Amino acid sequence: MTDAIVVEGVHKRYGDKRALDGLDLTVRRSTVHAVLGPNGAGKTTAVRILSTLLRHDEGRVEVAGFDVRGRAGEVRRRIGLLGQYAAVDEELGGRQNLEMFGRLYHLGVRRAGTRADELLARFGLADTGRGPVKEYSGGMRRRLDLAASLITDPEVLFLDEPTTGLDPRGRAEVWSAVRSLVGGGTTVLLTTQYLEEADQLADRISVIDAGRVAAEGTADELKAMVAGDRIDVVVRDGSQLVAAAQLLGDGAVVDADRRLIGAPAPDRMATLTRTVRALEEAGIEAEDIAVRRPTLDEVFLSLTDRRPERAEVAA
Amino acid sequence: MSSMSWVVSDSWTMTRRELAHWARQPVRIVVGLVFPVMLLLMFNYLVGGGQGVDGDNTEFLVPGMLALTMAFGLESTMLAVTQDLNKGVIDRFRAMPMVSGSVLVGRSIADMLQSAAALAVMTGVGYAVGWRWHHGPDAALGALGLLLLLRFAMLWIGIQLALVAGKPELVQAVQILVWPVGFLSNVFATPGSMPGWLGAVVEWNPMSATATAVRGLFGNPGGPGGTWASDHAELLAVAWPVALIAVFLPLAVRRFARIGR
Repeated sequence: MTDAIVVEGVHKRYGDKRALDGLDLTVRRSTVHAVLGPNGAGKTTAVRILSTLLRHDEGRVEVAGFDVRGRAGEVRRRIGLLGQYAAVDEELGGRQNLEMFGRLYHLGVRRAGTRADELLARFGLADTGRGPVKEYSGGMRRRLDLAASLITDPEVLFLDEPTTGLDPRGRAEVWSAVRSLVGGGTTVLLTTQYLEEADQLADRISVIDAGRVAAEGTADELKAMVAGDRIDVVVRDGSQLVAAAQLLGDGAVVDADRRLIGAPAPDRMATLTRTVRALEEAGIEAEDIAVRRPTLDEVFLSLTDRRPERAEVAA
Repeated sequence: MSSMSWVVSDSWTMTRRELAHWARQPVRIVVGLVFPVMLLLMFNYLVGGGQGVDGDNTEFLVPGMLALTMAFGLESTMLAVTQDLNKGVIDRFRAMPMVSGSVLVGRSIADMLQSAAALAVMTGVGYAVGWRWHHGPDAALGALGLLLLLRFAMLWIGIQLALVAGKPELVQAVQILVWPVGFLSNVFATPGSMPGWLGAVVEWNPMSATATAVRGLFGNPGGPGGTWASDHAELLAVAWPVALIAVFLPLAVRRFARIGR
């Protein structure tokens, strides 16, 4: 089985600025792949190249088995694109938009109309009436945009920061739509700066920074790659924080406000047992004690040296 | 279907898009039609003009105003294309398997329909203020054809400028610049009434060629003539727009297809 997306050593410069600096990416069919990175890492440039909107300077890019430069027409027949900004005609109505796109995908006049109605129903937009899209809410506009990306049941769907600027409800709507698509065999490449989004949706994640891949793997692999497990201890009496931190040894980090000490836990259960015993002997009462994997936040920070946008948890 | 029929069908879909915009914003269309009519009435009643004209001023002015309106279409096309290019929907069009140039063809058909409507309204108003054609309907239709040909040339210049400039601020500059270029023509005065060098510039302005040829076909008074350009106005009124189209249409289509390279 061939891969849905192959990107090898891709470079793209804007004048002196290197937007992509040797990007590599392979996405297997019918999987969700997240490209995670801070602003300016090259995520949007990569999506624009993959969706034939922008030409790269060097390297190989294949989508659905076709070269994006030489066989752009074949690629366009097989992809859907949900860009960062709504790519629909704001002055037309929702159905008018979908019908127009259907005709331009060469479905034929009648099929374009029935397909528009199917998609409106599927995305809960059947009752929006004839008003122009500019009067839609952000979430409705996003769903219409997503519907427009799915007119031909694309083999490969690109989602460029699909939930940026949406409220938690809009975000949850987009997430559930993406999950239902993957069940249908579509390959999804999604960019995001929300770690939680990558964790929730993606089979594999590429962390990119400064136009190249800093790390790649499943969410669990990435967490394991960067740092070992951690132990968190919350003490009841704040005055005992320093004493407790000394018991946890080198690498202990104290968060005084939460009365919390975090430290590496290289051998998980053994560390836990040892810590519990040591605290007891020192007469320090623990409110909570737990061993956990590092968060993607910690992975991201250590890989990119930059602070990600804080993900707000979807309701 | 063959690729040629996709060109037709995609272009029609894009034309329908523009017509749907009109249907949703009829005020915009009405304003677009009222503006040239206002100019016509203003110049007819308030400014006078017609310097060096051998005959009735209104009969001289109306064909000139028709030519000026066609030429000013450059600016409205440029504005529309610039606005379109700055919208997200263009990205979707470009990532779809549609015929890429159909975006531009749809725009040009819609603008030509708008211009035909403008000509109809303006000739109606012209009739009301005393302008007439004197050489029968065939010649009059020929005149309208030359006017639309000029509009078609301006349309592709407007598209190319929008594709090259691409920013709304630059549209404003062009909106101002079309005025002096428009007035450097024989729309309001004959070249004979101007200093020699200026008269020569004005005579060779494509808009002047169309205005002179159209006056001839309508049987309206023009300047005294006697120069090569004024004696061959009909030839120039065809040759100028055709040459401009031959340059700017392929440039614009190519430029549009190469966005993102």
